[in-house]
Amino acid sequence: MTVPIQAVNDFVIKFANVNGSGSASANGMFAKALFRMGIPCAPRNIFPSNIQGLPTWFEVRVSEAGHLGRREGIDLMVAMNAETYADDVAEVRPGGFLLHDSTKPFPKALKRDDITFIGVPIAELILNEFADPKQRQLFKNIVYVGALAELLQIEWDVLTGMLEEQFKGKEKLIGPNVRALEIGRDYARDYLETPLPIRVRRCDGVGDSILIDGNTAAALGFLWGGATVAAWYPITPSTSLAEAFEQHASKLRRDPGSDRHRFAVLQAEDELSAIGMVIGAGWNGARSFTATSGPGLSLMQEFLGLAYFAEIPAVLVDVQRAGPSTGMPTRTQQSDLLLAAYASHGDTKHVLLLPSTPKECFDFAVEALDLAERLQTPIMIMTDLDLGMNDHISPPFQWDDARRYDRGKVLDADGLEQVKDWGRYLDVDGDGIGWRTLPGTHPEKGSFFTRGTSRDEYAKYTERGEIYQRNMERLQKKWATAATLVPKAEIREGAKSKPCGVIFYGTSAPPMPEALAALKQQGIDLDSMRVRGFPSGAEVYEFIERHELVFVVEQNRDGQLRSLLVIEGEIDPARLVPVLHYDGMPLSAQVVERQIAEHFAAMRKPRLSEVTP
Amino acid sequence: MTFVAKPKAHHPKLPRNELGLTRRDYEGAVSTLCAGCGHDSVSAAIIQACHELSVPAHRVAKLSGIGCSSKTPTYFLGKSHGFNSVHGRMPSVATGANMANRELYYIGISGDGDSASIGLGQFAHIVRRRINMTYVVDNNGTYGLTKGQFSATNDKGSTSKKGVPNLYEPIDLAMMAIQIGATFVARSFSGDKEQLVPLLKAALKHEGFAFLDVISPCVAFNNHDGSTKSYEYVRGHSSAMALADLIPTRDAIEVDYAPGAAEDVAMPDGSTLRLRKLREDYDPRSRVTAMDTLMRMNEKGEIVTGLLFLDDNPSDCHEILATVDEPLASLGEAELCPGSERLETINAAFR
Repeated sequence: MTVPIQAVNDFVIKFANVNGSGSASANGMFAKALFRMGIPCAPRNIFPSNIQGLPTWFEVRVSEAGHLGRREGIDLMVAMNAETYADDVAEVRPGGFLLHDSTKPFPKALKRDDITFIGVPIAELILNEFADPKQRQLFKNIVYVGALAELLQIEWDVLTGMLEEQFKGKEKLIGPNVRALEIGRDYARDYLETPLPIRVRRCDGVGDSILIDGNTAAALGFLWGGATVAAWYPITPSTSLAEAFEQHASKLRRDPGSDRHRFAVLQAEDELSAIGMVIGAGWNGARSFTATSGPGLSLMQEFLGLAYFAEIPAVLVDVQRAGPSTGMPTRTQQSDLLLAAYASHGDTKHVLLLPSTPKECFDFAVEALDLAERLQTPIMIMTDLDLGMNDHISPPFQWDDARRYDRGKVLDADGLEQVKDWGRYLDVDGDGIGWRTLPGTHPEKGSFFTRGTSRDEYAKYTERGEIYQRNMERLQKKWATAATLVPKAEIREGAKSKPCGVIFYGTSAPPMPEALAALKQQGIDLDSMRVRGFPSGAEVYEFIERHELVFVVEQNRDGQLRSLLVIEGEIDPARLVPVLHYDGMPLSAQVVERQIAEHFAAMRKPRLSEVTP
Repeated sequence: MTFVAKPKAHHPKLPRNELGLTRRDYEGAVSTLCAGCGHDSVSAAIIQACHELSVPAHRVAKLSGIGCSSKTPTYFLGKSHGFNSVHGRMPSVATGANMANRELYYIGISGDGDSASIGLGQFAHIVRRRINMTYVVDNNGTYGLTKGQFSATNDKGSTSKKGVPNLYEPIDLAMMAIQIGATFVARSFSGDKEQLVPLLKAALKHEGFAFLDVISPCVAFNNHDGSTKSYEYVRGHSSAMALADLIPTRDAIEVDYAPGAAEDVAMPDGSTLRLRKLREDYDPRSRVTAMDTLMRMNEKGEIVTGLLFLDDNPSDCHEILATVDEPLASLGEAELCPGSERLETINAAFR
């Protein structure tokens, strides 16, 4: 018999459920209870592209040490879906545990003797307690949370306190929910060996952090950042961003006198229309954004080229999912980077922001609105399903009330009176950015024609090659300006550079501290850099320059950030080694550790002369 | 097109409107469309309508898609901001612009290819959303800029310049607009200034989505087999003019006819268009009557012109969304940012 895993505040629990059965809220409650006990944890919903009836999973990494990337192997499986028993049993690590509904016997053929099976007759317990079929279904999930509370030692008051908050105003629902928790707890206490060798314990690991998903965080950023027009088309995994914006704006953005809205949310007929609305609003002086995912970004290409060439502020969030085509719409990836960076036909380049945490989703949303107006161009925030839809422990949001929105170079009526020779695309400041005017500003001055066709500095249509080329070169100058304005990379290296480094971004960041620590134990010590924007600032290329070899960790097949670095920084591709993960599940430290260690092992292969006698 | 620059000086006796402006103050750049193009007549009608209404030109935003029609905003209201967007997508750009600033006049210019084919989806949805604007389709049933392919409003059975008949049913944008909720729907003919100018004025004053389908003949792509002025004929019969892009010069077609009357208009392609003006006692306040009239006239092969439908009490998208009276684009931090204290309560809600 394998020795059961012993672990306090350091394990992975996975819930296997059927989607549409109400499991998501029970599982979320479980994760939040640990968070409220001060224990760092990372919940991840692994769901199908379906509304009801298919298998769905919810994984929670619990780590007092604060390792919140995904970790391979499951310590405790809550197997509530008979259809996936075989897979779920197989995933449990030797010495692990599997909790199941023992109302029906667990199939003998699937049993393993190196894991502990814990049976709770959930359906039977429910049947005796609740009459309403809907309650019977929903409370199954609450019963196993109750059992887990006893098995893992989750604080009872934390759980019941959450139920009270959740059902505030619907108090009669609190009683039955608490009762369901009690049924599970009591059964575990009376019939099972508790606590388990793996369990939780209150600690001080989360400080003043919040537990929030990236989509909501970005929506709040847009709200604080002054976005007034949001246009979007429903697409997983971005939908909840626009919905969160509307929900919070409805409360926080009303005129105190008239109660009318200081925002407009438009659910467009498709993504083309959504980005068109954003561009129309940006052209007319409103801060505006859209949220989408890969297929939507594909549809927006033509408009993005227009906004680049006609120089119109626009903000877009791409909550990336696994492509190509419809791909795996409910799985995560970082595979739209190249599409976004060079969106649309002709010579185009776009500014990208690469957040890693909900706090950065908030900050970059604000930043993107400023940058879009400063640079008069589309700004794309590249998040992904993992960051956008899962709750993450994040530093709390902050706002400086002295902060002013950067509305960029806009001439008002007085400004137009003072300027002698105004041309919309004249580069008077040497940063590649002209002064724009908004419709309706001045009766005589400042009107111009915005177009996707070539034009001169005074916005007059032209087909003269040298003027076209001059304009394209000015756009390059603006691009160089952008490189100085995007968020700087976060670099970690000692006083003296190590020979090798590693680059990562977005949701590839959370597993990195764990991976780097493990590699260090193997004697592989790396400097690291988290890239936060594109175009890359000088610090990015200088970091690469300082190292003989740099690994680039990302969640796609083709090494897209690596390509961007090679193309834009004219880096020798041999110096950038791709570390890739693209099965649609969030990246784990183990994958990074394995690939980097293998690279060094391969480099140390004995020479032919060493092995031949 | 003409290469003669317009003189900037105004005739001192040109009539001035309430703003002290003459018609010339509402003009734009010189048109580069073919001489006699119906679209230029529409531009002229817009200039006249805006002048007569004393609309401050800088308070107008002109938006268009791509195509001959969509080039025309350059040719009127030179003091207005214009936006020549992408093909078939003017409606979404106009929607966003209108959401940003509800205080401006919005004139959208589109064509039949732009609105009935590539942009049919956006057309339908801007109608539904009731954006407060004047939406004009310069409808010539053909793709002018790409030289004469059928558009989706072309009548079944009519022939192209290559003699190929159109095999497909036409889309009637006015009928669609009535059905999906436009609060002002009219049809006119580019050469009928007496009808078009008042309709444009009414549309501009309408506080909702006003749609004007303007039949506007294409002089370039005629295909009358016997015509000595046809594209093919000129190419084949004149060595000195054997240029593939030579377009015969024509005068714009003009009509002037009474309410209730029918007018047969000879089109550049040799066909005849029968326009039927709505009777003076026609009541445009019923969608059912409007649809019925359109369908019955269609059956007779007549194109009915005039104000087809009007909702006297229209609502627009800002009403639907309950937005504030001031332009959203004019709001600053004080109105938009909930501030640090409020953010603390948000943080607390996620702990």
